[in-house]
Amino acid sequence: MRTGSYSRRIVISRIMECVIFFFAFISLLPLTLILFYLAKKGMAAIDWQFLTHLPRPVGEEGGGVVNAIVGSAILIFCATLMAVPLGVGAGLYLSEAKEGKLSYWTRVAVDILQGSPSIVMGVVVYLWVVKPMQSFSALSGSIALAIMMLPMVIYSTEETLKAIPCTLKEAALALGVPYYRTILKVVIPAGMSGITTGVLIGVARIAGETAPLLFTAFGSPFLDINPLKPVAALPLVVFNYATSPYPQWWEQAWGASLVLTFLVLCLHLTAKIGTRRWKIQF
Amino acid sequence: MKQLSDTLFNAVVRSCAIGTLILVSGLCVTLVIHAMPVFRHSGLSFLFTSTWDPLRQQFGALPFLVGTVITAVLGVLISLPFSLSIAFFLGEYFPSGKLSIFFQSATDLLAGIPSVIYGFWGLFVVAPFMQKIEIRLGIMPYGVGIATASIILAIMIVPYTASIAREIIKLVPSDLKEAAYALGATRWEVVRHVVIPYAHSGILAGILLALGRAIGETMAVTMVIGNRNEFPKSIFDPANTMASVIANEFAEASDDIYLSALIAVALLLFLFTTVMNMFGRFVIKKLTVRQES
Repeated sequence: MRTGSYSRRIVISRIMECVIFFFAFISLLPLTLILFYLAKKGMAAIDWQFLTHLPRPVGEEGGGVVNAIVGSAILIFCATLMAVPLGVGAGLYLSEAKEGKLSYWTRVAVDILQGSPSIVMGVVVYLWVVKPMQSFSALSGSIALAIMMLPMVIYSTEETLKAIPCTLKEAALALGVPYYRTILKVVIPAGMSGITTGVLIGVARIAGETAPLLFTAFGSPFLDINPLKPVAALPLVVFNYATSPYPQWWEQAWGASLVLTFLVLCLHLTAKIGTRRWKIQF
Repeated sequence: MKQLSDTLFNAVVRSCAIGTLILVSGLCVTLVIHAMPVFRHSGLSFLFTSTWDPLRQQFGALPFLVGTVITAVLGVLISLPFSLSIAFFLGEYFPSGKLSIFFQSATDLLAGIPSVIYGFWGLFVVAPFMQKIEIRLGIMPYGVGIATASIILAIMIVPYTASIAREIIKLVPSDLKEAAYALGATRWEVVRHVVIPYAHSGILAGILLALGRAIGETMAVTMVIGNRNEFPKSIFDPANTMASVIANEFAEASDDIYLSALIAVALLLFLFTTVMNMFGRFVIKKLTVRQES
C-alpha cells in the first residue's frame, strides 16, 4: 500500500467520493428522462376514448386499446391461476424437505428457469402448445407467462415458510392436528403475507413481458375472450405500434406505454408496501 | 399411524416439485430435439459460418453470436462505473437514511420498467440522438445499431448489478473496516484496500449474472439494434443478436429447417445464459455460506 502525505490522501479520498456520488447520480438521469417522456407524450395520447375503444385502422382518428387492456388482464389472470398452485406446492416441498436429492435438483431447475431468457419460453411454448393446436391462443400466452412467474412464487414461498419458527408447527402437531391440516391451517396462513408479496412481484414481472407473447398470444385487433383465440396484450401493442411506420400509431404506443408502466409500477409499489405492512414478526 | 390424507397431501406437494423439475427438463429436451435437424443439415458450420440465408437454406449463426457477445459485453462495460458507484454509495457511504431510501426506490423503479418500454424509448429518444453523433463523426447515420443497443442494455442492467454488488459489499465484516480506520486509513483507502479485495469475487459473480441477463434481453435490443443479418464491421453498424433474430424471424419461419435453425439459436442462448447464471450463483452462494459459518 502506497502512502503519501496526509493531506494528499485525504484529497484523494474526497475526489473518489465525489466521483462515486457523481456516477451514482448520473445513473438516475435515464430514469427521469424515461418518466418525463412517458408522462409528456403518454398524457397527450390518453383520454377516455383511448381506454374504452377498440383500435381503428390506420388513417382514422381515435381508437383505443381496450382489447389490449382486457387481453393483458386475461393473460395475467390465467397465468397466476396456473403458476400459484404449482409454485406454492413446490415451495412448500422445498421448505419441508430441505435436504434430499429431489429438493436439490428442483432448486437447480428453479435457478435455471429464473435465469433463462423470456424469448426461450416463447419458443418452447410455441412448440408445446401452439404447434399442436395449429393456432396462436390466449391459453398458450398464459402458459408462457406462468412459466416465467413460477420461479418467483417458488422462491418467495420457500423463503417465507423457512422463516416461520418450528415451534408453531410443533405446537399444532402436539395438539394432535394432522400434518396436512397443520400445514394448511397454521403454516400457510402465517406465511400468507410473504407468499402474496411474491405473487405480486411475479405478476409485476409478467405484466410487462413481451417476448414470450410474440408467438403465443400473438395479438389481435378484436375484443375476444375466447382462450383458444389470439389475444392482444399491452406490451405487444407497444411493440407492434412502435415498430410500425405510422406516426399516428406511435402516439398510441406512447399512451399504451404509460398505461403499462403505471400498472407495473403500481404492482411493485403494492408488493413493497405489502412486505412492510403485512410482515409478521416472530 | 400415518393417515391417508397425510400421504395424499405429501404426494400432491411432492408432485408439484417433480412437476417443476419435469417442466425444466422438458424445456431442455424440447429445445435439443427440435434443434437437431439443422445440426444434421449443416453440422458445425452452423456455429462457424456467417451466411444466414433462409431462402437458400444456408444457416450460419456466427453473426448473431458475435452480435450478442459484443452488445452484452459493451453494455456491461458501460454500466459498470454507474452500477458500482451505486453499490458503493448504498453499501458503504450511505447504508441507511433518507438519501439511501430514495436511491433504493429509484433503482427499484428502474428495474421495474418493462423492457419493451426501454426499447420504445431507445428507438424514439436515444436512436435520434445517436444519429446526430454519427453525423458528427462522419459515419453512416443509422441511429440504431450495436452502440445504441449497448447503451439501452447498460441502463437496464445498472439496477441489477448494483443490487447484487451492494449485498456483497454489505457482507464485508465491519471489524475489518474498523481495523483499517483505526490504523488511520481514509475512506477511499478502506474501500480500495479492504472492501474491494474482500468483495471482488462476489462483485465479479454479480457482473457475470448481469452479463447473462444482458445476453438474454430480447425486446429492448430487438427494437434498437437494427436487425441486419450480416457480420457487424463497426460498433455503430446495425446487427442482430441471438434473441433479436428469434423475435424477428420466428413467426415467419416457413419451412421446418428454418424453424429448426431458429430453435437451435434459442438453444444456444439458453445454454449461454444458464452457464453464466449457474456459475454466478455458485460463487455468490459460496460467499454467503462463508459469511454465515
